[in-house]
Amino acid sequence: MNKDMNILIVDDFSTMRRIIKNLMRDLGFNNTSEADDGKTALPILQAGNFDFLITDWNMPGMTGLDLIKAVRADPKLAKIPILMVTAEAKREQIVEAAQAGVNGYVVKPFTAATLKEKIDKIFERLEAK
Amino acid sequence: MSEMREDNNYRLTQARALVRNIEQGNDSEVNSLMESISALHESTLFHELGKLTRQLHETLNNFNVDSLVENLTKNEIPDAKERLNYVIKMTEDSANKTLGAVEIGLPIAEELKNKSTVLNKKWQRFRQRKMPIEEFRELSDEIDDYLDWSVIQSEKVRENFSHILMAQDFQDLTGQVIRRVINLVQEMEGNLIDLVRISGQRMKKEPLEENVGPDSKADGPRIPGCDSHKDRISSQDDVDELLSSLGF
Repeated sequence: MNKDMNILIVDDFSTMRRIIKNLMRDLGFNNTSEADDGKTALPILQAGNFDFLITDWNMPGMTGLDLIKAVRADPKLAKIPILMVTAEAKREQIVEAAQAGVNGYVVKPFTAATLKEKIDKIFERLEAK
Repeated sequence: MSEMREDNNYRLTQARALVRNIEQGNDSEVNSLMESISALHESTLFHELGKLTRQLHETLNNFNVDSLVENLTKNEIPDAKERLNYVIKMTEDSANKTLGAVEIGLPIAEELKNKSTVLNKKWQRFRQRKMPIEEFRELSDEIDDYLDWSVIQSEKVRENFSHILMAQDFQDLTGQVIRRVINLVQEMEGNLIDLVRISGQRMKKEPLEENVGPDSKADGPRIPGCDSHKDRISSQDDVDELLSSLGF
């Protein structure tokens, strides 16, 4: 896993963005950017060279689910690995996110260990391909 | 009162004209008078029917509001209570986690400062060549111990800082819950305004605004005891299981 990769963190709560950003730094990833909903995230993704997207679900403007759909529909972005970190925990929501193309799903509240485990798993799978 | 007297006068006039015309054998006049008397009766009947219809309509409207109020009191308000209790619990847990971590970290920081101060003084004496060799041997043992100790303690400090970091997730989770309760209160306000309108003057009902939240499909953090959350998955393990059943 490349520790220099560019990561975009999308959550409408700035405190949660800071938590994830600090956890990522703790794991050795220093190149993180932030956006507060899908609408602001999409142009940032399109303009920048991002390797990993971490997004919340429930956000005003454009939800994380719609963001995932938009990313998967954009040929330039379609291959970015996506981790969803959200409080949404209904069975059909998890299925919906899986169908939309997430690579991992973490339910809030989560632990630092869970986040690390899911990220490791995503990149192990990608590297195995 | 004067209207009633006028009504009666009119009826009396009509009745007298009717008697007079019957006595005179004036058939066509009798018929037209009979018709006009029954027409008067019919219009009063229609008026009464109209009143009854309106009453029925109002009762039905009130019944609709009752079922709204029933849903609010039976489901949404208890749910809101659970949600707000969850906010209290989350903020309390978070404050306790943070305070716990600080209570562990602060004494370590203090001990670190004390030990460093003592060692620093001795080290300066050594640098100024004011330290006898026996004492230097002691000092070098002390430095050994200090370095071992500091590696362990600084890891403890790091760990507790990380706990403090994670404890801040309450702001996101409680924020989502409070937003939902605010939406409920707004909805209730709308219903109450409707109720006041219906019980007062009858006015045209405006449809209530639906889906005020950021995403109607999303329903926020899982809250134990919340009726609408019965179908939710309860842990990250369950999420993993579901995803692996989907081939993840």
